[in-house]
Formats: sequence, structure tokens, C-alpha cells
Amino acid sequence: MTQLDLIRNFSIVAHIDHGKSTLADRLIQMTGTVAARDMKAQMLDSMDIERERGITIKANTVRIEYPAKDGRTYILNLIDTPGHVDFAYEVSRSMRAVEGSLLVVDASQGVEAQTLANVYQALDAGHEIVPVLNKIDLPAAEPERIKQQIEDVIGLDASDAIAISAKSGLGIPEVLEAIVTRLPAPKGDANAPLKAMLVDSWYDAYLGVVIMVRIMDGVMRKGDRVRMMQTNAVYGIDKLAVLKPQMVDIDELGPGEIGIFTASIKQVRDTRVGDTITHERKGCDTPLPGFKPAQPVVFCGLFPVDAADFENLREAIEKLSLNDASFSSEMETSAALGFGFRCGFLGLLHLEVIRDRLEREYDLDLITTAPSVVFKLHMKDGEVRDLHNPADMPDLTYVDHIDEPRIKATIMVPDEYLGDILKLCQDRRGIQLDLSYAGSRAMVVYDLPLAEVVFDFYDRLKSVTKGYASFDYVISEYREDFLVKMSILVNEEPVDALSMMVHRDRAEARGRAMVEKLKELIPRHMFKIPIQAAIGARVIARETLSAMRKDVTAKCYGGDATRKKKLLEKQKAGKKKMRQFGKVEIPQEAFISALKMDG
Amino acid sequence: MTPDSTGGKDWRSAGFGLYLHWPFCQSKCPYCDFNSHVATSIDQGDWQTAYLREIDRIAAETKGRVLNTVFFGGGTPSLMQPSLVAAILERIGQSWSPANDLEVTLEANPGSVEIDRFEGYAAAGVNRVSLGIQALDDKSLRRLGRLHSSDEARRAIGIAQDVFDRVSIDLIYARQDQSLGDWERELSTALGLGTDHISLYQLTIEDGTVFQRMHARKLLGGLPDEDLSADMFELTQGMCDAAGLPGYEVSNHARPGAESRHNLIYWRMGDYAGIGPGAHGRLTLGGARLATEAPRSPGRWLEDVMGGRAGEMPRARLSDTEQAVEYLMMAMRLTEGASLAWYRSLAGEDLPAAAVAELADLGLIEATDESMRATAQGRMMLNGVLRALLAGRQSAR
Repeated sequence: MTQLDLIRNFSIVAHIDHGKSTLADRLIQMTGTVAARDMKAQMLDSMDIERERGITIKANTVRIEYPAKDGRTYILNLIDTPGHVDFAYEVSRSMRAVEGSLLVVDASQGVEAQTLANVYQALDAGHEIVPVLNKIDLPAAEPERIKQQIEDVIGLDASDAIAISAKSGLGIPEVLEAIVTRLPAPKGDANAPLKAMLVDSWYDAYLGVVIMVRIMDGVMRKGDRVRMMQTNAVYGIDKLAVLKPQMVDIDELGPGEIGIFTASIKQVRDTRVGDTITHERKGCDTPLPGFKPAQPVVFCGLFPVDAADFENLREAIEKLSLNDASFSSEMETSAALGFGFRCGFLGLLHLEVIRDRLEREYDLDLITTAPSVVFKLHMKDGEVRDLHNPADMPDLTYVDHIDEPRIKATIMVPDEYLGDILKLCQDRRGIQLDLSYAGSRAMVVYDLPLAEVVFDFYDRLKSVTKGYASFDYVISEYREDFLVKMSILVNEEPVDALSMMVHRDRAEARGRAMVEKLKELIPRHMFKIPIQAAIGARVIARETLSAMRKDVTAKCYGGDATRKKKLLEKQKAGKKKMRQFGKVEIPQEAFISALKMDG
Repeated sequence: MTPDSTGGKDWRSAGFGLYLHWPFCQSKCPYCDFNSHVATSIDQGDWQTAYLREIDRIAAETKGRVLNTVFFGGGTPSLMQPSLVAAILERIGQSWSPANDLEVTLEANPGSVEIDRFEGYAAAGVNRVSLGIQALDDKSLRRLGRLHSSDEARRAIGIAQDVFDRVSIDLIYARQDQSLGDWERELSTALGLGTDHISLYQLTIEDGTVFQRMHARKLLGGLPDEDLSADMFELTQGMCDAAGLPGYEVSNHARPGAESRHNLIYWRMGDYAGIGPGAHGRLTLGGARLATEAPRSPGRWLEDVMGGRAGEMPRARLSDTEQAVEYLMMAMRLTEGASLAWYRSLAGEDLPAAAVAELADLGLIEATDESMRATAQGRMMLNGVLRALLAGRQSAR
């Protein structure tokens, strides 16, 4: 057990690419926690996808021993938190497990929207915050301007911000010293009943479910019988360890300490991030406040390109679910796409990460249908239903009104692109809440329907600002609006996978864009094909794909017979990439591309 | 196979022809994917020996047959010495019983050197030439990599018409930067030249050609889109009909009775022997239909034959289903269409009724119990028509 005043627990708050992982690597390296030969870039991002995308998805932790200038050796626990809004709940839990944060800001880029959201979380959790200006050695670095920006935008005193270059190691000793001198030691009572927070959990192929805990009060020992206060399940602790970042067994964890344990738990689903863990006997009475389970907010269908892969997809989803309790799935059948799964995600990035992992780690080719949010249907009989899939929309005569989720979006953008951003937000039914400037950067806050953001808002944002805008959001509330289900009919047949919920005022424009796009994407057939968008029985947009006129081989003589026959058969095989729908073959890419529209 | 079950059809009803491949050209055209090679020196004596040996070998297998047609294709067969053509035709005459109306076609380039050989070919027994005119203006000819000029082409057509009984010309259209009006004028001129057979091919970018490599690098601009090429195709049918040379096959037009009898053998599923590098054949021997193929490399073929071996690769026996597919694919190219009775006897089943009905509904085919033909519109969409017919078969599921 470590003395409380020799412990410092902290996290690092930063925007993507501002150097969070590099700084973490440097702290680990400089304290000799990991031998130089075992060091690999971005030590804490263990998934390939995390390293590739430069993002952190799961919370990670490392215990660092640091001999400070005062002659005493401190235990520093760094929790590396997910940086993305999709994982906001995990972030908030991680923040509650530590007492301070390093706020890392790129000295040339300045504060971004994501930084802002996370720093507010840290302030909410009562953190002491040490501002750190990174990439100070870059020619474009403007430390004074950025300090001013931190003070203007965040309202934080940046006068003693530490200037560093995580890449070259410049300023790292100052950061270590500041952690000890400027961040508070944890509080806690070793003699009180055990009270530990479940910070994170993940599935390990050898150990089963691994649980990361922060001890608030009491002492946790190997062999203890512990109870999860939310689920009331009781487990015996098999293994107790700290992460350096490799596991090192330990006999006990005292107040203020962070470690992991295993207890023969089979599924991550059996654990709840934010839950309070106490002893089975003589446990504490009141759990830690603020527990809430993570709720999926974005849904989409995942279908195998090759129908024969359905079982493989089912298996892959089951395996992924072992490690990610926030991702939900249930079987779905689509007339167009066959058997697949309707899956729920914490946000768009979460969706992309899961899809990438399914495709990469399980070698599956997937069709992703249009992402949809959860609408609340207020039925005339008073019942409130969740609508996860536009295809399940009941007859409108039974529906009184529909609520949709709204978000509060914060966008930071160089002022030259402000006009484009405002137009984009207005086009997406946004309501402006705030507009302020920090130097030449504008910060806009909008109230937007989540449904308008899940399509291609982020792509559009990046393209109209040449990548200079940053964006973050929190779900704010459910609110009523005039929403309708728009169906798409190809050759007079509705294609369920293309139906979507839209605002009535925007339906014509959406429908028109959609049928025009489909006309480009569906190849000509031997007959003409009407492509229609409809609300109920009323057609609101129509295009006609004219019949193919010419498809014949110019030359075919005796010497060509064999070759031309093979060619004809090859063309037949090429059709596998198409989905047969009635008499029409729709290429798979149409299901995704049709939903990405301009403007 | 009884005459009743096949509607009285087998290979004999379509005839028996002999195809000879001469694999050499003076230069390779950028659009051509045929088996042709540029060689600096060719020992025509060796080639004569080889062709005669192969004729003897095939004749031994097909003894007693009546021979309906001979076709010298290439490459550029008009690079053959007339004496070589004469020796080959003499040996052919000794090997089979020539039909009374034996058709002997030779593909010729309309260059000056070739024109001088026309008399010699006629004397050797060639009674039909197919002239590779390709275009009637010099700029287009250069873009197509042709060595002759449009003046030479006109002169060649005139002389050929004096020397041979029958003359056909080839043109390539839907070329780069060619408008509908351009093609209308060019075709009108071509039809005015008075040949009784004309082959009109839309330019196709074939794999392995210079054009294909250029196309891949977007260097081949001005090619027509689907609508323009369809308009050109329709214009072509109309103008040829009006000139009294209706289309009897997708790309072939003739005064009735002047059709290429040799090519009809291919499309009507007759038997044909293929001799020379890369030549294909279809021979019905001992009740089995065999696909034959010669090695593509001229050197390898010559070496094999001169070494006393057969100038042929192992033969493949075509199953009834394969024959049925091939028959449909070839016969539907013809305006006269296909015999469904013959198809049925080979496939062991009818064509899928739903697909037939749907295609008929779309106006792409006309079918009775016994026969089926593509309409003018359907011929233009033949690949799609065939895919629809073949995909819906029981045996294809």
C-alpha cells in the first residue's frame, strides 16, 4: 500500500494529433518504466485501429515511479482516456478516477473543439489542470498567442504553462515535477469499508474479463470476495495487479491507488463502467454517485456482402461484444440485403471503429446501411416507442408525434470558413446558440438534430473548411419535430434499406438528391427503371433510368466462340457484386453512396 | 440424334468449311487483338510444306466430306505468294469433294503491292476477297495504324471487282471524334462503291492492344458514348437496308444470296477445320463434337508440323450443354435467329419461359415454339439478351 501523499493520479486532455500519446510515451520512457528496447510508439494505444487513427478508444493506464527533486519517490498513475465524444461517458468515469489533468495544446494549432469538451469534463470532475504547450520547437509555434487563447476560450490561467516538445523530450522533466508539485494527492481512508470505482473493463483471451479500479476507501486484496453494487454479483478476486504498463502482481491496493483485477468474469457485459465495488461482507452502504449505463445513440444495419458469411458475422459480433458492452446488436432481415444485424453505437466514430474491426480482424466484407438515430414515437394510445430502424415505422395514423434527439455541437473554425459552417448548420436544421471569437478562430455552438449529423455532416464539415474545423457534441434532449418516413422505390418496389426518416420540409430536397444519385449509381438495364422517393403513397421525386441501348460484341467468328463464351460467363460472375432487387440489380456501393449527399 | 428431335438439324445442315490462318502482317494495327505477328523474313516454302501436311492430316479424319468453303484469314493473307495459295488450293481440291459452289475467300489489304497479286490469287482459285478498308479518309486510316491510303483503297476495290466474282469490304466505325453525320457520309460513300457485301464493325477496345493501353491512360479521346454508338448502329442498319444490303448478322450486310457462306457455317454451328497458328476448329467426329485449337506462336506451330507432329493442342470434347450455349450465342447473332428445336435437343430442356416472355415483352426477341430471333433492337442488346436467357436456365442454377 502506498502512502497517500506519495500518489498522484492524472489524465491527459488533448485534441487528436496534439501529442497526447507521444507525451505519455515520453513520461513512461524518461522514468524508466519501460526499458528502451521494449518501447514502441504510442505505448498505450494497444489496438491497431487506435494506432492507425491516432485515437484512443479504451481507457488505458500506466503506473510510473518517479523520484522527485524533493528526494522522495512518487507513484504516478496516468489514465489515458478516450479523446472522442462517442466515448464521453468513459471519459467522464476516467476523469472521476483521478485528481488532475495535463491539458496538452499544440502550440501552433491552438485549442480545438474536442479539447474544450474534455477540459470541461475535467473541470466538472474537480481537477487541478496544468496547461502544457506542445510542439514548441516547430517554426509555426506561437506560445504566447496560444496561452492567450487558453485564457480566453477556456478561462484557465495559462501564465505558468509548460512549454515542451514531446517528440524531442524537451520540457519533460518539468512536466514530471509539475505533476508532483501542482497536482493534489488523492484522499481516502484505508480503514473505511472498501469503496472502489470500476473505471473500465475489457476482455483478455487468457485472463477473461479484466477490471480496472480506482480505490476510494478501504483496501482490496487478492482473494477478497467483492460485490458489484449495481448488478449485485459477487466475485472472488483471482489476480490483483498494477500496469507498468505490463501487469505486475501486487498483494493489495490501498486508497488512491489504481490497478486491475480478474475474478472469473466471462463477459464484459457483466460489468458496468462507473459501478462501485465493495466487499461482500462489511461493505460500504452508499455507492459512488453518477452511475449511468452507456446508451447507443446511432444505429445501422450491417450485412455481409456474401450471404454465406452471415454465420461468420454473427460469431464476430459476439466476440466483439465480449469486449464492448456499449455496442448492441440484434438480427435483422432486409428484403434487399438479406440477413444481417441492426447494431447500436455510441456515435459515428464508434460505428466506424466497430465496422473496421469486423472487416479487418474477422476478414468480413460488410454493407453498412444508412446510420439512423433513435426516434421516440409517441403513439396515439399514449405508448412511447423507440424507433431504431426506419423500416419499422408504423402507419402514421397511429402516431401522435415524433421526437428526435438533438445535440449541442461546438465547432471551432478559422474565421474565413465561418460563413460556410453557418450555412452547413442552417441547412441541417441547426439553431445557433452562440458565436464567439478567440483571435482569428471562431467558436460556434449550434443546436442540431443528431439525425442530420449522422449522415455526412463531419465529412462536409471537413471539406468546406479544408480540414481546419474541429467539431464536438453532446446529446442534449429529445424534441418534437415534423418527421416523416421517406421510402425509395426502384422499379415500383420499395427498397427497405434505403428508407429514411427526414424532416417534412426537407423531404423534397432529400428525395430529389437521392433519386438523382441513384440514377447515377444503378447501371442501365434492358428496360427503363423509374426511381422514386415517396412519403406514404405520395411520390415526391422521380427520375427515370433509361434502358440500355447497346451491348453487343462487334466481332464473333469461329476463332472467338470459346473466348466470347467465357466472357459472357465472366460477366455473369461479375454480377455477384450486385444485389438483385425485383428485376433490378443494384450495386452494393449504391446503398452507402446514395446517402452521402452534397449540401 | 434423329432428324425429328432436332428439327432436322445437325452440322451437315450448316456445311463444312476450312479456315487457314496466315499469322503475319507488315505492321500491327493498334486496335487488333488477332493472332498476328510482324516478321522480317518468312520462308514461304517451309510454310507451304507445313500447310500441306496439316491439310493431309485433317483430310484423313474427314474423308468423303463435301467441302463448302475455304477462308484464308490472318494476319494479312495477301502477303502470301499467289503460288503458295495455289499449292494449298490444289491440295484441298485433291483432299475433299469441293461443292459445286465452293466459296474461296481471302482477306486482303488494299495496298499497292497486294493489288498486284489479285490476278494471281484469282488464277489460283480464290473467288471472293474481303478487303480491310477500315476507313475512307487518310486521317482516320493513320489513327487506325493502317498503311494504305484512301486512294489506294478505292483503286483496290475497283480492281478487285474486276478480278473476283465477289468482293466484300470491312469498315470500322464509332471511331475517335467521329460524329453521326461523319459516319453517315462515309457509309453512303462506301455503299456507293457497289460491293455486294459489307462488314461494319464498331471500334472495340480489346484487351492486350495498343488502344487498350492508351484507353487505360485516357489517351484515347473522342470515343462515342453508348447513345451515340447506338444511334450509329441504328443508322447503319437503316442505310444498308435502303441500299439493298440488309444486315444478316450483327456486323455483316449483304445483298440476299451474297452472304459470306464461310462465316454462316460458324454462326449456324456447322463443322470447320482450323489450320495454322492459333486457328480454332469444330469437328464432329464419331458422334462427338470436338473443339480444336492450334498453338498461337507461328514458330512453335511451324516447328511442330515440320517435326512431324500435329499442329494442334489436345482437343476438347464439347458437352451437349456447352454446344447448346455456343449454338445460342452464335445463331442469335443472325437475323434469321436460332432453331429452338436444335437448342432443346442439345440442352435437354427448353429455354426458361419467363426469360423468353420477358425479353419478348421488351421487344428484344420474337419466339415461336420452333424458332427464336432477336429483333433489330434485341440484336443491339445481344449480350444482355443472352445473359438473361442463359442465367435463367435450370442447369445454370
